[in-house]
Amino acid sequence: MGIKGMKYEDFKDNESLELLKESGTNILLATIDDVINWGRKASLWPLTFATSCCGIEMMQTGAPYHDFARFGMEVYRASPRQADVIVVAGTIVYKMAPVLKRLYDQMSEPKYVVAMGACAISGGPFFLNSYSVVKGVEHVIPVDVFIPGCPPRPEALLYGMLQLQRKIETETMRSRKKRSASHNSEIV
Amino acid sequence: MNITELAEYIGSLLPGCKVTEGKQFAEVALPPEMLHDAAFKLRNDAKASFDFLVCITGVDYGQDLGATYHLRSVSNGYTVVLKVRTSDRENPHFDSVTDIWKSADLMEREIYDLLGIKFTGHPDLRRLFLDRSWGFPLRKDYMDDTKIVTK
Repeated sequence: MGIKGMKYEDFKDNESLELLKESGTNILLATIDDVINWGRKASLWPLTFATSCCGIEMMQTGAPYHDFARFGMEVYRASPRQADVIVVAGTIVYKMAPVLKRLYDQMSEPKYVVAMGACAISGGPFFLNSYSVVKGVEHVIPVDVFIPGCPPRPEALLYGMLQLQRKIETETMRSRKKRSASHNSEIV
Repeated sequence: MNITELAEYIGSLLPGCKVTEGKQFAEVALPPEMLHDAAFKLRNDAKASFDFLVCITGVDYGQDLGATYHLRSVSNGYTVVLKVRTSDRENPHFDSVTDIWKSADLMEREIYDLLGIKFTGHPDLRRLFLDRSWGFPLRKDYMDDTKIVTK
């Protein structure tokens, strides 16, 4: 399993996390943040959204063998209004980009984006000479975690989602607001 | 009939056309003005009876634009390939075969959408996938500086 392959020291690397945390939290706020973040990271509900073969791997990750549910992500939501995280699983074409943007806008805060696979990261195999493929989903919506692979194995998706959980742990109320306001969509 | 016999038969059916034996199928190179007549004959001839239009492929050869028709006779088990091409890049047009095979409707619309080849006689030749702001993106000389990244 992918998680076994991750060194224990990597989980304990809190130095970089402390850097993110530097936004003037006092003790009381930090405690509330911790409780809220614990709740958020332990019930990440993904949106049922897949545009190509990465979606098959995502389904496999949700199936009993790899079992997403161990980490609180079992409930795939069919409505963006109930989802916390959108896993962009597959190629996004220019025709799809406004739809993706609308789905993202319909999700309620706090919301997270995972770019899964080469297509979502950079256009992947369609990067050169393609008239129709968006060269990375970052051009449309802000991305929290990138998972490389073509498509990534379920272990890789699990690893990426655990990274997202770690990221949520480091959030404060102030930093989250700043982050989501700073992204500019170039395409839609 | 094997490919050789089929090619000979089609040659006799369509005088003036170049029929060759391809690796898989008999291939017929047609001048565009003969396309509709030839398709009609191949569809309705009792012995050939090509009742199924498998696919139309639009091709940009660089200089020429063309279309390739794969026809299949379900009852006899033959396949034949029709090829037409034109050097007119400004206003390329072939005759529509929608009146012979209904399934040509969407295929011709798709080719019009992506390569800009018009099919005269098509009942409803609108774009299929893209909106009006696009050119014809599958043409080799299509340019788009914002969407296309080249090496």
